[in-house]
Amino acid sequence: MITAERKPLEEILQSVSSFDRILIVGCNECVTVCAAGGRKEVGLLASALNMSMLKAGRPVQLTEHTLERQCDPEYVDELAQLVTGADAILSMACGCGVQELARRYRDKPVLPALNTKFMGAAERPGVWAERCAGCGNCVLGVTGGICPIARCSKRLMNGPCGGSGNGKCEISDEVDCAWQLIWDRLKALGKTDLYEQNMDAKDWRPAGGGGPRRIVREDLTE
Amino acid sequence: MAAPTPELEPVIVAFCCHYCAYTAADQAGAQRLEYPSNVKIVRVPCSGKVDALHMLRAFERGADGVLVAGCLEGDCHFSTGNLRARKKVAQVQRLLEEIGVGPERLELLLVSAGMGSNFARAAREITQKIRALGPSPISEAIAARAMNRA
Repeated sequence: MITAERKPLEEILQSVSSFDRILIVGCNECVTVCAAGGRKEVGLLASALNMSMLKAGRPVQLTEHTLERQCDPEYVDELAQLVTGADAILSMACGCGVQELARRYRDKPVLPALNTKFMGAAERPGVWAERCAGCGNCVLGVTGGICPIARCSKRLMNGPCGGSGNGKCEISDEVDCAWQLIWDRLKALGKTDLYEQNMDAKDWRPAGGGGPRRIVREDLTE
Repeated sequence: MAAPTPELEPVIVAFCCHYCAYTAADQAGAQRLEYPSNVKIVRVPCSGKVDALHMLRAFERGADGVLVAGCLEGDCHFSTGNLRARKKVAQVQRLLEEIGVGPERLELLLVSAGMGSNFARAAREITQKIRALGPSPISEAIAARAMNRA
């Protein structure tokens, strides 16, 4: 999923300071799962903003709404009426959702309430970690299901660097050395021969180095 | 001479778990132990069920203090609800700090069903503390708005 965290309240307050009617829009997808921008978080932010504004002697009108998905036009369309009654939209989705709102409602300022972080998985309740860098050319099949691009600090493609010690990365004791994980996993699978295969220099064009990426599925286009 | 300022009668919302804290409050009553009527009890199935939103909405609607009361550690009817409550209270305290409402206005209390006197003492103490802190800036703002409208 795409993970995100709420921006500091002070930054959000500053971004909406010139508006009297604010529509706060959450998303029921990834940001709900990572507890950053779902219905509950929309309620918490609305409550926090309401109290901050009351305290400052400048009460505002806050409307809460959470969409099934904020990055799809058909869901974003349902906001039309609520948007009419708002001076600005505060989006609690990832950057994709913010941009979809901005594309659909061109005459309204759309402001992000979250910082989008990474594509990750839950390690345990309340902890998410980066797992995929969206490089466009997956190598997990030869690295034992552990991504050296997302999980090695140097994105090394052929084994660890000299900073690997006791299974940890030199940047922090809390960061596993991805190549240690890969080696352990390949050993467990009896596939250490895969480790010996040198990978070519990575072509970063499918990873975004060739400009913004798109997927076109002709069978689904209208 | 100016008229003396009437003593603040704070509103304190106490979310009490059904199994321990609520029973402790009940026992305090049965034992005729006095505690201030400022403490308004909301019975909940478990302190772990008290959401951050419940605590925040209480302040938003004018509460001067909030108490989340659950079972003693190791005694939660649902195993770890009280430990969850502790984490949620800490989370909301950080949020209250961001908003500018003193985080000390929100407290966690862990008591057993038989600790009626502890509940009554905690209710007296939080009432005294909130009285000393004065009204929450939100309840003050709500009152000021109501005055302006009148």
